[in-house]
Amino acid sequence: MATKEIKTEIIETDILIIGGGTAGCLAAVEAKEKNPDLKVTILEKAHIDRSGCLAAGMNAINAYLNPGETPESFVKHVRADALGLIREDVVLASAKELNNVVQKVEKWGLPIMKDKNGQYAPRGRWNIKINGESLKPIIAEAAKKAGAEVYNRVIVTNFLINNNRIVGATGFGVRDGKYYIARAKAVIVATGGAAGIYKPNNPGSAHHKMWYPPFNTGAGYAMGIRAGAEMTSFEMRFIALRTKDVISPTGTLALGFGAPQVNAKGEQFMKTKYKHLGGEGAPTPIRVYAPTKEVKEGRGPCYMDTRHLTPEQVKDLKASFLDMYPGIVLYWAANGIDPSKEPVEICGTEPYIMGGHCQAGYWIDPDRSTTLEGLYAAGDVAGGNPYKFVSGCWAEGVIAARSAVDYVAGVERLNAENEESEKERIFAPLHRYKEVKEGVTPSEMEERLQKVMDEYAGGVTVFYEMNDERLEVALKHLKRMKTQAQYLIAENLHDLMLAHEVIDRIDVAEVLVNHLLYRKETRWPGYQTRLDYTERDDFNWLKFVNSKKNTETGEIEMMERPYTQIIPGDRYLPR
Amino acid sequence: MSVIVDLKKCNGCKNKETPLCVKNCPGDLMAIDPENQKAYICKEEDCWDCMVCVKLCPCSAIATKLPYQLALYKATLVPKVYEDKIKWTCTDIDGNKEEFEIKTLEI
Ligand SMILES: Cc1cc2nc3c(=O)[nH]c(=O)nc-3n(C[C@H](O)[C@H](O)[C@H](O)COP(=O)(O)OP(=O)(O)OC[C@H]3O[C@@H](n4cnc5c(N)ncnc54)[C@H](O)[C@@H]3O)c2cc1C
Ligand code: SF4
Ligand code: SF4
Repeated sequence: MATKEIKTEIIETDILIIGGGTAGCLAAVEAKEKNPDLKVTILEKAHIDRSGCLAAGMNAINAYLNPGETPESFVKHVRADALGLIREDVVLASAKELNNVVQKVEKWGLPIMKDKNGQYAPRGRWNIKINGESLKPIIAEAAKKAGAEVYNRVIVTNFLINNNRIVGATGFGVRDGKYYIARAKAVIVATGGAAGIYKPNNPGSAHHKMWYPPFNTGAGYAMGIRAGAEMTSFEMRFIALRTKDVISPTGTLALGFGAPQVNAKGEQFMKTKYKHLGGEGAPTPIRVYAPTKEVKEGRGPCYMDTRHLTPEQVKDLKASFLDMYPGIVLYWAANGIDPSKEPVEICGTEPYIMGGHCQAGYWIDPDRSTTLEGLYAAGDVAGGNPYKFVSGCWAEGVIAARSAVDYVAGVERLNAENEESEKERIFAPLHRYKEVKEGVTPSEMEERLQKVMDEYAGGVTVFYEMNDERLEVALKHLKRMKTQAQYLIAENLHDLMLAHEVIDRIDVAEVLVNHLLYRKETRWPGYQTRLDYTERDDFNWLKFVNSKKNTETGEIEMMERPYTQIIPGDRYLPR
Repeated sequence: MSVIVDLKKCNGCKNKETPLCVKNCPGDLMAIDPENQKAYICKEEDCWDCMVCVKLCPCSAIATKLPYQLALYKATLVPKVYEDKIKWTCTDIDGNKEEFEIKTLEI
């Protein structure tokens, strides 16, 4: 089929939300509540009822101000957890919304566990327990009820641009094969983070047994990069401490069930070696760095010791996982594992890029505006605001929606310069398959990207470590690979989606490696372990590393932005 | 392996606009085979094992099977979805059964 035979569907709207996930659904509700006359449209890659991080459910809300805590105490905690460097203004703005958004979702039907006095049952300082198996359908229903127009199975590929203003987005229907042009007065990008950049822990038939959804592939970052948006802190990668093999969350074990980390010798190494950093409560990067080091130095495997659990507690633990990550319950059953009799083996995951636990993403203002006019960012795709989790993504969606509603009051909808050129770019791999037949398949390219990133940019097989020389090699490979995108072939629309996923991942990887190269210190051991700059260096590096693609030359230009302390106190102490 | 469709149980969701597994899979992996009008997974290795399709299938026709490199044959985990709760039955490798009933919606 030639490009001109592909049907085009034009959508005209006031506020366009890209990605109907955690942040996207809440943004849609807020925008409609604030101004019911506005048209609000969601373009979603999957189906909003079960897409993104929340597809399988959740068992806790990890950012909630339990009694006695304040937005300021939250900022202090987040700052210490991120080793002294966050956007305090941005974190503070969402901290103020956390409890409101949680209560709002509870009203929509989310079961939140209560204690004897009818208060939310706390799990640590910032967590509350939920029965969140249906969390995604609950918030999707709210978005639909609020009157948002939803297009499912539309893969968004780029922004529409008019004179540096973002005026919409383009994409294609992975089911209907149409080319979509969505013109909008304001755009909120909420596509989540990026998995699949590094070689996964599990090979072959299990390559998608990863923690972060393998279907969140960094599209929102890539679109922003290509449009020249300023990005921040990609070098703060997220490497999660997870159970080995099925890669399930360990917060459930640690916070929910008090399981400490132990090495193969039975030593509770967090308590002995990392006492000065908080022991079991050490900052999140340290909690993954430490067991990685134990394994590297020959004291692995490492475990979370669950042997103190009673049979009833094990049952509760399994129920808790069933709400969020059912695979582990099946895994235990299939391998004859009883966590009350043997400890649960843990590992670090393949690195992810995401601004929900870490802070890679768009450089934003507290109102969630990006550096491009008309574009707002919310959720894992937004930067500078780690520790946001589900509720922080909701808060961010709400704030972005309010700002977008205010912005659209004063602007007109415009057509864009790149409406036609994008159509050619999108469908090229399909045409190449039809016309030339041979080339590079998306999975071949993905495999190569993941191998390069793993070996030269600090993947799991090199214990997440890196130096300038290795990173330079990675960059050289990535530059070459970018020129190969023209050879991608797609046999069908699903493969066309995979082709754009790998194109996006390579764009994200290139920015990531530039960031890793730029920060000449080790600020976040584990996430960013430099072999050539092993120490944290506040004197020279207490600042943000940002980047922007020069849209004319295609070069990634690096820049620095100052850190501003708003909440007084020692930046390395959580209280 | 990832999910297995029991062709005897799958009715192709004929009464639905889109078959529920096809509609909901976050990875666009479920499809209907034009030959027999029944569901199949198009790229097994790309399954995330989120169990969305398993939970939502009205005929309980889909089962999760973890890759053999991670999990031995033949434990099962079977969900049954109700309006405001979900029931799970887990059978381990030695045939021991365990049941769970968990609230999903406050109504
Ligand atoms: C397995 C797991 C367990 C977690 N557990 C917890 C927990 O217990 N408690 C907690 O507080 N936090 C938890 N988190 C973190 C939290 O879920 C995330 O930080 C949050 O959901 C991210 O929200 P988001 O809106 O940014 O992304 P998502 O909710 O993933 O939404 C992104 C959306 O964008 C869509 N999309 C992607 N690309 C495109 C494209 N090109 N075009 C159109 N649409 C696109 C996706 O399909 C998706 O719907 C967990 C995360 C994971 C992965
Ligand atoms: S949801 Fe179940 S019955 Fe419906 S098509 Fe899929 S497998 Fe068949
Ligand atoms: S388990 Fe999840 S990812 Fe796998 S086929 Fe079913 S819905 Fe898709």
